[in-house]
Amino acid sequence: MARDDIRLHVVSGKGGTGKTTVAAALALALATGGRRTLLVEVEGRQGIAQLFDVPPLPYSERKVAVAPGGGDVYALAIDAEEAMLDYLDMFYSLRRAGSALRRMGAIEFATTIAPGLRDVLLTGKFCEAVKRQEGGEFVYDAVVVDAPPTGRVTRFLNVNREVADIAKVGPIRNQADSVMRVINSPHTAVHLVTLLEEMPVQETIDGVEALHDNGLPSGQIIVNMLRTPLLDDDELAAASDDTLDRDAITADLKAAGVIGRRGATTAALVEALLDEARDHAERVELERQERDRLDPLGLPIVSLPLVDGGIDLTALYDLATQLREQGLR
Amino acid sequence: MTTPAKKSRGRATPAAPPARPATWDVDALIDNEATRIIVCCGSGGVGKTTTAAALGLRAAERGRRVCVMTIDPARRLAQSMGLTELDNEPRPVSGVQGDGELSAMMLDMKRTFDEMVEGHADADRAEQILSNPFYQALSSSFAGTQEYMAMEKLGRLRATADSEGTWDLIIVDTPPSRSALDFLDAPARMGSFLDGRFIRLLTAPARSAGKGLGRIVSTGFGMFTSVLTKVIGGQVLKDLQAFVGAFEALFGGFRERAEATYSLLQEEGTSFVVVAVPERDALREASYFVERLKADQMPLAGLVLNRVQATGAPMLSEEQALAGAERLEEAEEGELTSALLHLHAQRMATLSRQHHLADRFSGAHPGVAVAEVPAFAGDVHDLEGLRQVGRFLAGELSR
Ligand SMILES: Nc1ncnc2c1ncn2[C@@H]1O[C@H](COP(=O)(O)OP(=O)(O)OP(=O)(O)O)[C@@H](O)[C@H]1O
Ligand SMILES: Nc1ncnc2c1ncn2[C@@H]1O[C@H](COP(=O)(O)OP(=O)(O)OP(=O)(O)O)[C@@H](O)[C@H]1O
Ligand SMILES: [Mg+2]
Ligand SMILES: [Mg+2]
Repeated sequence: MARDDIRLHVVSGKGGTGKTTVAAALALALATGGRRTLLVEVEGRQGIAQLFDVPPLPYSERKVAVAPGGGDVYALAIDAEEAMLDYLDMFYSLRRAGSALRRMGAIEFATTIAPGLRDVLLTGKFCEAVKRQEGGEFVYDAVVVDAPPTGRVTRFLNVNREVADIAKVGPIRNQADSVMRVINSPHTAVHLVTLLEEMPVQETIDGVEALHDNGLPSGQIIVNMLRTPLLDDDELAAASDDTLDRDAITADLKAAGVIGRRGATTAALVEALLDEARDHAERVELERQERDRLDPLGLPIVSLPLVDGGIDLTALYDLATQLREQGLR
Repeated sequence: MTTPAKKSRGRATPAAPPARPATWDVDALIDNEATRIIVCCGSGGVGKTTTAAALGLRAAERGRRVCVMTIDPARRLAQSMGLTELDNEPRPVSGVQGDGELSAMMLDMKRTFDEMVEGHADADRAEQILSNPFYQALSSSFAGTQEYMAMEKLGRLRATADSEGTWDLIIVDTPPSRSALDFLDAPARMGSFLDGRFIRLLTAPARSAGKGLGRIVSTGFGMFTSVLTKVIGGQVLKDLQAFVGAFEALFGGFRERAEATYSLLQEEGTSFVVVAVPERDALREASYFVERLKADQMPLAGLVLNRVQATGAPMLSEEQALAGAERLEEAEEGELTSALLHLHAQRMATLSRQHHLADRFSGAHPGVAVAEVPAFAGDVHDLEGLRQVGRFLAGELSR
């Protein structure tokens, strides 16, 4: 199902589900084997720099990592005000005036007040990187965007509709049109990251529908922070029915030298372990129900495990490998 | 939802116990007639909505007349509270036990904004504002609008409570946000932006220039409007001017309005509850929030530490469990038991990490009372689930 020819990957999802982590892992995965990718952030939080443990990213493309097999991951923190200055310079030759306006706070004001302006500036910047060529070749094999959360991503990408109100003609209008050409091309996909919990799954379902309603291209669902069940299906069923064999478990615990001499403590320990098994079974069952709600969306689903102890660089490379193995390329 | 395995807190290591946080008497807070507003704050996804609803239900079942304002509750929780009518008004919740009453609502921010306009303008004027494109963008997608409207609605609920005696306790949930501070800061930020000098310049250049902003600014201002007009066209500016003019005439400015509602939060009778999960980011946000309340002299009732890992077998440490599992694996027997031991080891690892973080928070904020709610296997989606959360909050369970 995964397609090789996607050049713009937009990663969204409910807040806190792992958008930044997954986008970074994806940029690494796509750079593997000597390719070059650009990882972009748009919300001014310097999440990428933190993740790769590099100094805060400037408003220019910087190499942040080398992928397995010698590819390069570049990163860029897009800033709407800087993009606006570029824009004033490019279309109106207003570089100096632009800087003066910025000092007055006027640029910040303009990008805040005009609905859609900020989004056109941000999307315009990374769409330019998608299209950029040197010597007849694309500069980046793929661009990965750590995008705003599901609730805002449709509006963020659908700049045409937003800009309709503010600009009927002129460079902003043209910019919006060219952004829409990139976003609506068959080489763009919007991926949604989710956990197998009610709210993020619901947001994913609503998000896919909103993308669809707005004619935006949905890509894959990435189920993040998945726990692999430690018990098999029969054991899970027995754990929830409380029919696991207490005597056998007690004997095992004795054999393993885990339990003490006092019978009461032993019984309490066995009950506690069975309670934990029942909890685990319930959790697994709920995750399966949530997973079943994702299937009808008809999108490819890939999953990433919960990494104990949090995400460091090693874990990030590991997640990248897992994405590759599951065909998210 | 089921209850967690056991109520025991199960400290993993017997090291010197750090100063335990003060236990929090949640019932004393909600039973106190003087408590009129409780605001549940915290970073994204930590359980603000669940806590607000659980406190509301418990207060009602202990006899208070409570209104809970939720924001984007999980769908099943909303249904269980009868929140199916999206009319932005509180509705009685059925299934509440005891003599008290519980009403609940889901905030509709656009609707709240519209009502705010309609409530202050004659029909023509209101229509003029509501159809203004700038207003439409502002009321549906501006950063900070949700927080502003949450406060606005709180003000309105409080006014209704005062004039009609409908409720004696209002519990408010706060919008999902990365930072717990957004609820306090976003309305003022938005207010000062909309009342800021650029808007003033745009809406009344002559007046502002005359007020001493000076020639330099007016020169800059000329450049500013011309650039702005070039980039986004003159229409946006016209809409903006029309909107701000109309709005000021009605409300005397955004900032003033935001300040008025903010002052409600500083009134006596308002208490804050900060919610966190035992993870680094969430506790850091909770810390910021606690310090901010202190700085602004606003009363913090306590910290809800939500989704804390629980175990019924604190006596079996992670290391012991893993060693046992290893022995079984070496002997190639007891596969199931070995899996159970691994499961337990995972729990103990999580639990000790969480307790370490929680202890660090309490070390930094020794005066903050803490109530712990365990992580349930399933989510919290019905009144019984909320009741159970309430029991933990009040310390009926778990201690
Ligand atoms: N697979 C994983 N295993 C363990 N921890 C993870 C995993 N994925 C993400 N995390 C952790 O979860 C937290 C949230 O992840 P991340 O910042 O990527 O989410 P986000 O969706 O970008 O959040 P936000 O909405 O705040 O931008 C981080 O602490 C991250 O290290
Ligand atoms: N103690 C708990 N054990 C298990 N699940 C819980 C617990 N507390 C909350 N949840 C679940 O976690 C999810 C998020 O909770 P909730 O909606 O209350 O968080 P929130 O802080 O309001 O989130 P947001 O910032 O998105 O508004 C819900 O599905 C809820 O049922
Ligand atoms: Mg992020
Ligand atoms: Mg909520």
